Amino acid sequence: MKAYKRKGYGNPAITHKVGWESYEVLYKATEKLSKILNSSMNELTYTHNATEANNLAILGVAKANKTNRRKIIVSSIEHLSVIFAAEELQKHGYKVVKVPVDKEGFVNKDFLRKEVDNETFLVSIAPINHEIGVIQDIEEINDLIKDKNSEILFHIDASDAFGRIKLNLNKVDLASFSSHKIYGPKGAGALYIKEGVKIEPIIYGQLTAQKLWPSLENIPAIAGFAKAAELITSIDMNKISYLRDKLIEGVLSEVDQALLNGPKGFKRAPDNVNISFLHVEGEAVTVELSMRGVYVSSGSACTSRILQPSHVLLAIGRKYEEAHGSILMKVTPFHNENDIEYAVNQISEGVKRLRLISPVKGG
Amino acid sequence: MSNRIPLPYSPKVLELFKNPKNLGKINDANAQATAGSLACGDMITIYLKIIDEKIVKASFESYGCAANIAAASIMTEMVKGKNLKEAWEISWRQISDALGGLPAVKYHCGVLAVGALRRAIRSYFKDKIKPSWLPEELTLDEKHALEEEKLIEVLSKKIEKIQ
Repeated sequence: MKAYKRKGYGNPAITHKVGWESYEVLYKATEKLSKILNSSMNELTYTHNATEANNLAILGVAKANKTNRRKIIVSSIEHLSVIFAAEELQKHGYKVVKVPVDKEGFVNKDFLRKEVDNETFLVSIAPINHEIGVIQDIEEINDLIKDKNSEILFHIDASDAFGRIKLNLNKVDLASFSSHKIYGPKGAGALYIKEGVKIEPIIYGQLTAQKLWPSLENIPAIAGFAKAAELITSIDMNKISYLRDKLIEGVLSEVDQALLNGPKGFKRAPDNVNISFLHVEGEAVTVELSMRGVYVSSGSACTSRILQPSHVLLAIGRKYEEAHGSILMKVTPFHNENDIEYAVNQISEGVKRLRLISPVKGG
Repeated sequence: MSNRIPLPYSPKVLELFKNPKNLGKINDANAQATAGSLACGDMITIYLKIIDEKIVKASFESYGCAANIAAASIMTEMVKGKNLKEAWEISWRQISDALGGLPAVKYHCGVLAVGALRRAIRSYFKDKIKPSWLPEELTLDEKHALEEEKLIEVLSKKIEKIQ
């Protein structure tokens, strides 16, 4: 990537030497990515992250919508960039329906089947949830939608799924990706738009190398994104899910009154661990663990600028206090068994210390 | 996790979070109160040992974030040795200043600490003759602490909208 900071410095849309070099970097990255994703090169549009890709997907197809269908269906645990983009369209006559999920996070397919109707324009459901790692059966959901009406668009926010599970883009119309979620650099994302899907830009400016997202591409990040996509395909996800289970089992056996959020086993993302600790507050756990060299995030209200607990945890039926005590951890290819053992010990000791401070004592 | 943020905590907040002073129950406390709730994700219980209207011992327990724990801890340090009128006059801003400043999004932790303290002082005078300095009406900080407890209702309405 360092090399591309020089090589990719030019504007790929300008016809001078450094511009051509940038164009070449962009071209090669796209060639690599489209090969990995099994798409054609012109089906990919770069953004700077998945939030932009989700917004382009939802707002862009709505802008190009010439039909009378005005219903958008999303799951109640989607990333907020999907939920808020869909809700923005309510101002323009769209109706947004949120599909409930069960206590492990699987979308209610009967509810979905009933809601997909002649009014439905777009459905957006992530193959892997960003917080609790639940894996949805995307092919089955696609069939369910297309059986009702093959014109209904199906978008997936695949940022957490890329590299973790097999993705068949033939079964979707639009898919969002993010570089940093596959250990690539921040500042690059992409939207796959199946050939034939009608979409319009939602931001405007001088056209660059690509017409749907007219802003200067982050060439070094895109080069890194393509490289990361290549590398993640060679990662043994079985090893990661083995470490994941070790972490889950270790924490649940060492810490009492701890609840796993999301399913166990093969229907869970190989790298996702999300656990609620009762009687402690998640933000305090993140600070405590940070002091112990373990970096985790939390779905507690206290870690949120708007002081709201995670909508995903509430949607799976967690109580407020259970959501406040939640910790999200990711196992990466850079971790080994010793790291997991270390994390389990620190989590156990850290949660014990915070429970001593708490006025609420478990039974 | 799109709306999650790291917070810039002062060294004092981190120090008191790591080594909280005056932690735990006081067995011979003669005033105690709790402010906040589990559902809010923010709760402080304060214990006071009062002799001749002077606070001789103060301690706390806290369910909450690092700022909440630090605010409750420093508050118990600040009230020790003070008479009740002086303790009553401690403001959330003084707590924040003593902590080297709280991030704006954590001001409510200071408010909750003051709310718990004033509630404890009121409870002390429950069956005694109330001094003239003790207002009948809830003070602004106490009202804010109440609002904090009611926040959960506001939140659940907001969450319903998201669901």
